[in-house]
Amino acid sequence: MSESFAVSRRTLLGGVAAFTAATLAPGVVLYARSTSEPVTNAVRWGMLIDVNQCQADCTACVDACNAEFGLVSHGRPDTDPQWIRKVTVKDPATGFAQSFPVMCQHCAHPPCVDVCPTGASFRRADGIVLINRHICVGCRYCEMACPYMARNFVHEDVTDQKPYAPRGKGTSEACTMCVHRVDAGRVPACVEACAAAGHAAMLFGDLNDPNSEISKRVAAVKTSQIRSDLRTDPGVRYQGL
Amino acid sequence: MSTPNVTYHTIDGRNAGTWAVLIIFAVMAAIGFLAAMYMDHNGHWVTGMTNHVVWGLPIAIAIFLIVSSTGCLNVASIGSVFEKQPYKPFGRLAGITALAVQAGGLFMLVLDLGRNDRIITFVTNLNPTSIFSLNVFLYSGFFIFVAFYLWTMMDGKKMGHLYRPAALLAFTWRLILTTGSGSIFGFMVSRSAYHSTLVAPLFIALSMSFGLAMYVLVMLWLNASTGRKYPSPELLRRLRILLGILVGVSLYFVVIHHLTNYYTAERRDVEKFLLFGDNVYVPLLWVGFGLIGSVIPMALVLLPARTFGSAKISLGLASALVVFGGHCFMYAFVIGGQAFPIELFPGKIVSSSFGDGAIAHYAPSLPELLLIIGGYGVTGLLITVVIWALPMLPSSFSAETADRLHHLHEIEANAH
Repeated sequence: MSESFAVSRRTLLGGVAAFTAATLAPGVVLYARSTSEPVTNAVRWGMLIDVNQCQADCTACVDACNAEFGLVSHGRPDTDPQWIRKVTVKDPATGFAQSFPVMCQHCAHPPCVDVCPTGASFRRADGIVLINRHICVGCRYCEMACPYMARNFVHEDVTDQKPYAPRGKGTSEACTMCVHRVDAGRVPACVEACAAAGHAAMLFGDLNDPNSEISKRVAAVKTSQIRSDLRTDPGVRYQGL
Repeated sequence: MSTPNVTYHTIDGRNAGTWAVLIIFAVMAAIGFLAAMYMDHNGHWVTGMTNHVVWGLPIAIAIFLIVSSTGCLNVASIGSVFEKQPYKPFGRLAGITALAVQAGGLFMLVLDLGRNDRIITFVTNLNPTSIFSLNVFLYSGFFIFVAFYLWTMMDGKKMGHLYRPAALLAFTWRLILTTGSGSIFGFMVSRSAYHSTLVAPLFIALSMSFGLAMYVLVMLWLNASTGRKYPSPELLRRLRILLGILVGVSLYFVVIHHLTNYYTAERRDVEKFLLFGDNVYVPLLWVGFGLIGSVIPMALVLLPARTFGSAKISLGLASALVVFGGHCFMYAFVIGGQAFPIELFPGKIVSSSFGDGAIAHYAPSLPELLLIIGGYGVTGLLITVVIWALPMLPSSFSAETADRLHHLHEIEANAH
């Protein structure tokens, strides 16, 4: 008796949740997730970067990322952290050049997760690839295996850390897709900065939601993924590349 | 086939020379440890490693030692798995050399980790899809199985019936282990210098020649320092031929690996860089590994011994050159492969503030060099302590008896 009651109560609560979501969803682009609510694969967070809108001399996204995570230069370019970078790609035959940001591509099949010996590199169900700093041993195998040069190693002591994104000397790190913002219903810092700079070259959203702006855009225009031949299925797509 | 009745001895622990050797190795190990602590305290920026060359000299040499360690077991395996009498008396020494060389490699590997204090997470948070995780099992298994193999060798009365199975297990495990070491690179899709199924068999071939050379050096060092007559004449003849063949096989795999890559248009740039570029990896590969580490040693051991005066000295020289060439090869393979940029946009000219499209610079730092000295110190210390504590060294008479037994068997076989 109590069992059937429990089932019917769950069904009732589920129905209420579904009704609420159906009523609110069309008007909401992103939603804040309660920390007690598990991440599910119903969502796949992704990003679309419009290369034609990106300005070669603009570093708003890079600056915003550095400010958001307290990434500072020590005057040592080879070991300084760069979670997002502006890359210039030139066709040697024609001379045509483009400049755009590259960061962790948040792959569906991330090589960094496959190779990590302790499982510190992991992919959340919603597609965001992260590093558990508590169990990373600093072997740098993920840096070796990432085809996008997205991973960094913390080469020195870190100060002025942000409580929402702790870093640690001797561990690997990379773009978190601003998971702390995303979970609070906000967009990543780079996307926000790009819009504030008036370029709107970066669009963030749920690739699994057919009504999201990003899904509509990727359905309407030709987009590509970097090194799609590797079949890592990045969550970051590029338009005009 | 009867087995020679070999008597084994320990080294003289009261000898001042033994103590001097022990202290030297202990100091080397301590220097390596302190260098690692210096790197640990300051962070890896004090090394030559960067966000592009993420595995530097300590990892390259650690891989050399780990790969070599499995080859150090050659002499034991040939004696017990393939029943070659002249090798049998030297099986114990091969077993302990293999373990000591691997321990030296792991010493460097572990101390170079960014958070070596968390080493336990390799076990507590194991990721089954990681080749590195697989290797952690393979390394531990190697220690267990080779130690068990040594036990069956040393306690013939109680464990003798398990001698052959233990030998076969250790031999099989060493092949799997080296496959695992090669696969760390071979399964890596991101870097065009590595991603190849040839890397695993290449590493097996290299392990055979590097390991045998390391073992011969240990054997000759003990020969010189304990006044024994190692190796016995028949074993000396066989070791020369064996080393020559194994070095030839290694060279073949290296050549075919590079040719395969060069033939493929998408890999030609990285091969041009490694084989003909204006960088340190080119002389390391051609001269260090190819000429000094392969061709000259092959000539030293395959040409008639009288060409070079002493068969023993030319074998020792050849082994030293193979080990030198091994260091050159691993440096060019591990660091050269990383120095070539990862190709995010194949065929395009790429640049960024993060080194996209640029050849990465690497120069080993003093702490890295000291860590390597520490690894070799650990290896030497372990060998010395074990041969001091346990009867590992066959008497010269026993080794020669094994030779005579071998000749008797050959005569019997020919008579039949």
